Amino acid sequence: MAAHALLHRSLAAAALALAGLMATAQQAPAPGGGDKCVAPTDWMRRYHMTALRHQRDETVHEGARDTRFSLEGCISCHAVKDTAGVPVTIDDPQHFCRTCHDYAAVKPDCFQCHASRPSEGLLQGDTAQLGTGGVLPFSSTTSVAELEIYLREARP
Amino acid sequence: MSRRVLDPGKGYGSAGSAAAPVDAVRRGFMAGGAAFAAAALAPGVTLMAYPESAGAANAPAHRWGMLIDTRLCPEGCTDCVAACSTEFGWGPAAGQAPRPETDPQWIRKVAVKDPDTGVAFSLPIMCQHCAEPPCVDVCPTGASFKRADGIVLVDRHICIGCRYCMMACPYKARSFVHEEVQDQKPYAPRGKGTVEGCTLCVHRVDRGGQPACVEACAAAGHNAMIFGDLGDPASEISRRVAEHRTTQIRADLGTDPGIHYEI
Amino acid sequence: MAKVTYRKLDEHSLRFWGLLVLHALVIAAGLGAAWYMEHNGHVVTGMSNGIVWGLPHVFAVFLIVTASGALNVASISSVFNRLAYKPFARLSGVLAIAFLVGGLAVLVLDLGRPDRLIVAMTTYNFRSIFAWNIYLYIGFLVVVVVYLFTMMDRVMQRRHGYIRAAGWLAFVWRLALTTGTGSIFGFLMAREGYDAAIMAPLFIAASFLYGLAFTVLVLATMSSETHRQLLSDEMASNFRGLLIIFALVLGYFTAVMHLANLYMPNRQGIEAFILRDGGIYTALFWLGHVLVGLVLPVLVLLLPASVLSRRLGMTVASVLALGGGVAFIYVTIIGGQAYPLNLFPGMEVSSSFSDGEVLNYFPSLPEFLLAISGISIAMLATGVVLKLLPFLPADGAAK
Repeated sequence: MAAHALLHRSLAAAALALAGLMATAQQAPAPGGGDKCVAPTDWMRRYHMTALRHQRDETVHEGARDTRFSLEGCISCHAVKDTAGVPVTIDDPQHFCRTCHDYAAVKPDCFQCHASRPSEGLLQGDTAQLGTGGVLPFSSTTSVAELEIYLREARP
Repeated sequence: MSRRVLDPGKGYGSAGSAAAPVDAVRRGFMAGGAAFAAAALAPGVTLMAYPESAGAANAPAHRWGMLIDTRLCPEGCTDCVAACSTEFGWGPAAGQAPRPETDPQWIRKVAVKDPDTGVAFSLPIMCQHCAEPPCVDVCPTGASFKRADGIVLVDRHICIGCRYCMMACPYKARSFVHEEVQDQKPYAPRGKGTVEGCTLCVHRVDRGGQPACVEACAAAGHNAMIFGDLGDPASEISRRVAEHRTTQIRADLGTDPGIHYEI
Repeated sequence: MAKVTYRKLDEHSLRFWGLLVLHALVIAAGLGAAWYMEHNGHVVTGMSNGIVWGLPHVFAVFLIVTASGALNVASISSVFNRLAYKPFARLSGVLAIAFLVGGLAVLVLDLGRPDRLIVAMTTYNFRSIFAWNIYLYIGFLVVVVVYLFTMMDRVMQRRHGYIRAAGWLAFVWRLALTTGTGSIFGFLMAREGYDAAIMAPLFIAASFLYGLAFTVLVLATMSSETHRQLLSDEMASNFRGLLIIFALVLGYFTAVMHLANLYMPNRQGIEAFILRDGGIYTALFWLGHVLVGLVLPVLVLLLPASVLSRRLGMTVASVLALGGGVAFIYVTIIGGQAYPLNLFPGMEVSSSFSDGEVLNYFPSLPEFLLAISGISIAMLATGVVLKLLPFLPADGAAK
């Protein structure tokens, strides 16, 4: 497992370096809806794939749909609307994920299967449709310790 | 590196002193290459994930299943099929001609007739959510798996699209996504190149709901399908299965499907 | 005993380069076809929800079966101590690797998500014979490389114990691999055309025949290239005898499988389909597998030397056997899928999902290109490797 962890850490370090580079290059991601994200931006930049991969196992295998990192949740908040007010799909370079991923030249595989824009209900602000029952469980003031605990659970 | 004069008649033959430098280099390369390959591949062994044994710490032992009364199932009615295709978006797009060979069909109505007596009936067939699913046995990556509550699913994150599960299923339950999918329902991701099938509406069941087909059948007034927990003796489905003569399709195969039929 | 010497393929004939270019072009076409299939989805192929494995799988399985059989000549020399076969042992190992790589390439490129190959290589469900096969295939490549190393390295060469150990391991591994390949089908209880333990030995018998047939053809081509007779008269006679025996054994297992099925009322449907009513599948079974693949090769090999020269007879018989081999795998894989699943025994069944119907399949051009590119991969790899390293026997009467 050590080699696996080493690989992960070196990739994470590279990602963080890239994130730093992106900040200096002012490649900021599109702002999301609401006043705060479910986790701090820097943590998200580095660990969003870890969270999503753990999340997908929880949902598909355990049936846990009340989870903090559901992809549907991300997409509903981070939907970018075009001039007509309609959320764009992943094919549009304005899409939230693409604002960073195009720069990093990493093609997200998620949207071959997942819808890249929120459902109609979520667009109307009906967050009750989110598995979390409408509450965003993490706030941007979440302690680092809590996030560390989550990471350890997500990467045994 | 010395070049040896090649004599087609002789070949390489026994070692001569001129041969040593060439062979040493080649040998060193092969040994080094083998060592490098072993070192590169060895960590990959630690990446092996063993099949899921989901620890459902939250729930007692459910076994979700359905009971379909074919006597109440009208011939030619496809309400369950329409409901499923609408719920998940796998039907042919509006205005598009159906291509039954490659279009996914998670559930279909099958018409059965006895050729000797002419007695006929029809019934919907979908993934039977077997207790001993052959599709789970054959999946090389473990993408086809059975949850602790009995629902058999395809984890499309790790499905490589080999279609072996489709070869193995006795019920032709699975479909392959033959082309790109657009505008997926957010609760039901589906994509090109993976295998899919009836999920027993797991996204509804996990939140305490009923499968779309069962709801549609009830809404149309036929009430031919009920859904419930076969693991709970007090549930309606368990009582009906205990009281009435029900069967499973190809029960002789030993897969123990979770879908029971009253024929 | 004269020491066996080996040589690289040093001649530079136009035909050889022409063949390499041809194979490279076919491979390019196959890769293009694979990209086209992956980009547009399998809707551009002839495959469907009923016929899920098409022509690429037929050729992939054919090449994998041939690969394990191609190692036989080396096994005879190392395991069964027939030193007369030793000059061909290295070539035998090379062919085994080349065919396996060709077959695996086609198999992987036909996946719905070939980009997830890493997932396939790192995530395993060990109840699946497919998962075991991944280990068997990769392990076979490693074992044969080690085996070649023991045969070629100057220090190892003199220690016959190493060669024998590696030879034994390769032989046992090759049997396990072919058993695993046959069991891909034999373990499926869903389809009446499979679901038989005999599929594993059937595939082993097939591998013996097709492996040797390809080896004979490669040797004939290389003899022509090097203007030497690589196959001595004695060895040619041995190979001829082996080809006859292997064809008869494959015929035996085919006969046993079908006779047993014919005896059981619940299998008479699939037997009637394959043997009588299946249209293309019936034609391919009788004319392809039985006539062209088994009966004709044996007859050709039994012709007296005055009618047909022994070597020409072997070449003809090998080509026929391989053609019959493709037919055999086609009938097995595609015919087995075309026959409908039996959901309600004794009943007539119909639905919108082709229940109860015999399914149609016609290979599309991208499938065909991908399928034949597997053979080209094997042949190109063989040609290049023979040029680089001394695998061909050096002794041989000048032609």
